[in-house]
Amino acid sequence: MAGVTEPELRHAGLNLSDDPREVREHVESDVFGFWVFLMSDAVMFACLFAVYATVRHATAGGPTAADEFKFHSAIWETGLLLTSSFTYGMVSISMKHTRGRLWIAAFIVVTFCVGAGFLKMEAHDFVTMFHDGATPERSGYFSCFFVLVGMHGFHVFSGLVWMILMGIQLAVFGPDERTKVNLIRLGLFWHFLDVIWVVIFSVVYLQGLIR
Amino acid sequence: MTIWHILLGRLTWSSLAFVRAWRDPTLSELIGAAAAAIAVGGAVVLFGLLTYLRAWRYLWSEWLTSLDHKRIGIMYMVFAGVMLARALIEAVVIRTQQAIAINNQGIVGPEHFAELFSTHGTIMVFFVGMPLLIGLMNYVMPLQIGSRDVAFPYLNSISLWLTIGGGIMMMASLVVGKFSTGGWSGYPPYTELAFNGGVGPDYWIWSVSLSSLGALMTGINFAVTIYKFRAPGMTWMRLPLFTWTSLCTSILMIFAVPPLTIATLMLAADRYLGMHFFTNDLGGNMMNFVNLFWLFGHPEVYILILPPFGVYSEVVSAYSSKELYGYTSLVIATMAIAILSFTVWLHHFFTMGQSAPINAFFGIATMLIGIPTGVKIYDWIWTMFWGEVRLNTAMLFSIGFMVTFVIGGMSGIILATPPVDYMVHNTLFLIAHFHNMLIPGMLYGVIAGYYYWFPKAFGFRLSEKWGRRTFFCFFVGFYLAFMPLYVMGLGGVARRSQELFDPTLRPWTIVAEIGALLLFTGLACIFIQLYVSIKQRHQTRVPVGDPWDARGLEWSMSAPPPEYNFAVIPQVSRRDAFYWRKKYDGAYRPADHYRDIELPKNSMCGILVGMGLTACFFGFVWHIWWLAFLGFAVAFGTAVVRSFNRDVNRVIPAAEVAAHDRRWLDRAAAARPIPRHLELTPENEGLAKWQG
Amino acid sequence: MNISPSLRRDFLTYALGYGLAIVLTGISFAFVFYRLLVPQAVFGVVLFLAVIQIVVHMRCFLHISLKQSARSDLQLILFSTLIIILMVGGTLIVVLDQNARMM
Repeated sequence: MAGVTEPELRHAGLNLSDDPREVREHVESDVFGFWVFLMSDAVMFACLFAVYATVRHATAGGPTAADEFKFHSAIWETGLLLTSSFTYGMVSISMKHTRGRLWIAAFIVVTFCVGAGFLKMEAHDFVTMFHDGATPERSGYFSCFFVLVGMHGFHVFSGLVWMILMGIQLAVFGPDERTKVNLIRLGLFWHFLDVIWVVIFSVVYLQGLIR
Repeated sequence: MTIWHILLGRLTWSSLAFVRAWRDPTLSELIGAAAAAIAVGGAVVLFGLLTYLRAWRYLWSEWLTSLDHKRIGIMYMVFAGVMLARALIEAVVIRTQQAIAINNQGIVGPEHFAELFSTHGTIMVFFVGMPLLIGLMNYVMPLQIGSRDVAFPYLNSISLWLTIGGGIMMMASLVVGKFSTGGWSGYPPYTELAFNGGVGPDYWIWSVSLSSLGALMTGINFAVTIYKFRAPGMTWMRLPLFTWTSLCTSILMIFAVPPLTIATLMLAADRYLGMHFFTNDLGGNMMNFVNLFWLFGHPEVYILILPPFGVYSEVVSAYSSKELYGYTSLVIATMAIAILSFTVWLHHFFTMGQSAPINAFFGIATMLIGIPTGVKIYDWIWTMFWGEVRLNTAMLFSIGFMVTFVIGGMSGIILATPPVDYMVHNTLFLIAHFHNMLIPGMLYGVIAGYYYWFPKAFGFRLSEKWGRRTFFCFFVGFYLAFMPLYVMGLGGVARRSQELFDPTLRPWTIVAEIGALLLFTGLACIFIQLYVSIKQRHQTRVPVGDPWDARGLEWSMSAPPPEYNFAVIPQVSRRDAFYWRKKYDGAYRPADHYRDIELPKNSMCGILVGMGLTACFFGFVWHIWWLAFLGFAVAFGTAVVRSFNRDVNRVIPAAEVAAHDRRWLDRAAAARPIPRHLELTPENEGLAKWQG
Repeated sequence: MNISPSLRRDFLTYALGYGLAIVLTGISFAFVFYRLLVPQAVFGVVLFLAVIQIVVHMRCFLHISLKQSARSDLQLILFSTLIIILMVGGTLIVVLDQNARMM
């Protein structure tokens, strides 16, 4: 291919350097559409954060954030999510620089495991909080906490389901155009969840733990 | 937990409107049962007719599964027309109630009356206004920018079926159960479990969710289409104004729908999981709902009003035979309105307890929107100035809009002043104000656009005679129906009153009732116009495709257009591309060579996903959990299966495209060019005579 | 997989992003854990570091830059940021003001 010298960036994200031009234009609009969706999702999270900020003291005499949040699990969860973002970056790099599906699949599996580890920790946290009586029915504050953090967790869960589907598609079709587009989109989704998590650990966990 | 409870959830015999009327035959219940009978009967008649005509296969393979943006647009409009009929009838019942119920119970009970204004508002906003405009945009926008389809045709189909699913839920609420009594805005804590244990608020939550999901996807779809699928040379400042307003509306949908999603989600969490977002106790704060709802609600107003602004810009320019005056200022005004619409939401709750400086800020921001809107009105007036204006139906609606909308704007400025708002909030004055904005701002615009683009979509013109009658009814009807409401509102009559107690109000309520009936006659006129126009279509055919001597790319093809829109993608070098092609004799020329065209195959995935989610949400409403699970599984499974299908496109060979194009060009060569003043005569075959 | 210069560059981008994110997160947690400042100031630092970290994620993981090709995405993100500021800022001002007046 002639264009191997400098893969022209036609959409944000790692580009597929060896695609013909017409395919690339479709990839461009497909990925841009997903960006628009992500921004809409970001506004949704922003509204949740805004509501969270207004009900921060609405604990109705029940447990408070400082009682319930564990410093160490917040750190570990953050570490796991950041690591999974990095390993997904390796998926994108393998997709761009190799032709085989093996490396791509391997890194997807790693990302899936790390992401699942994050979810497991979060679920464990929730269960402990339930045992302490910090349930969503207890107060407006915990309603909002569980919906906000749970919404992020639900997104992570969707990402994991998506990874399974992409793994199957990779096995069936190999890295063809549609698989690649969807892997690029999944990458944006996954990194975007990291951005949301940055806000969650700052605004929810750390703010709750400041004394 | 009986087996019936597992199978049917909260459904019981007395959920059925017929059974309620049988057991308690009051006038109010009988009216409810009659409405249910109309809904069921309509469905049965439609079903029978389709079976009798053996139209199911055609309908399924050509329409319901179609991914063609033009067909999806038409289906949106048909759906919205049905919903409009229902919501307008409800409006007539509401006005009749207020005309009769002065110191007596009237025809419907308080509960039933509350259901009526709730469904009227919900339907008019979510299932009439949005689908009508999305339908118009779907049809026209890709043609205007020189594209073969929208960016994501499959997503487009899903959006359609989600919206229709919401409409089906609204219709179902007539027959089984009762709709919310909490108004279209559904404020808690009234809509919380503590005060409303029934299915009403759940119907509201889930049907609105379906609609907003559809609107969000449509917004993404259209924004990407306009961003990435413009024909070569179609730069931003060459876009037709309707496309500009479509873009701004799409952006509003993308960013305004999420707050609504969050608000309804939280309300659902309160009702289904016992949470405390908006309850009275345990730290709930209902002001969060009000705030989130209007973060969505105000941009929503501009979602409804911007596309008609685009329609007026196209219509006024075409029928004044002039270039649009002040194109740049119109574009800037559109964008300014779109941005400002995110800064004014608080004017919907001036009286809810925040400090005066905050109210003052939002009051001023609200008044600022009057400036770009005023710019637009002046631009349209200057477009008409010294033009060859043809006062046909679309122009009458446009001029009627300008006059009426300015009056509504003035009352808006009054309401935007917080101290005055304290006096008239929650009165009929407010009702008069927003109907004064939405009827001319939305409905007139849709009718004008319908009249203007109908010949393009179906290949024949609409009856002018019935168009004028429609205009008379909608114009006079509006003034009769809503000017009395201003007077009553200033007198302090609260909105949503089931019964009035001051006999001196009677003249006003009767005038308003006459107005409502006239508006209903207007709707009847639209349907008659359609019937008459189809009957006499042989005299009004415009196959060449340019009946109005118009200017945009959408007129540069046959009417109705081929499914691939453009035989070859046009090259655009100026604004009003088709006008300049006609001027320099570049129109109606064959292309140098034709290519194969790739189009998406029809797919039943859209309808499956849409109906699956509808079943899921219906299960939520009635606590029929197996149905909810099944519906979700169908929707999700369809989406997954579809993602494994790589064979989604089909190819139309170049020879076929060339043959179709040649037939059309021969037709154009044989047609007689018609000067503008003869465009309403049978001679008009859709070829305009060049008059500069 | 033979290592080409562009592969190395791509890898370094992700590695840099990962490293920066870890460091920034660590600083945030350290400020809270060791109570390095008064509570309000700590929260200010945490928010500031969060904003920086979002920029790092955007740049290194999501590849948003000032290049022409990423311009429409950048415009989109900036516009979204504007809307988010309007909505969140407005909500906080309005609802917290109402809360204060309820006291």
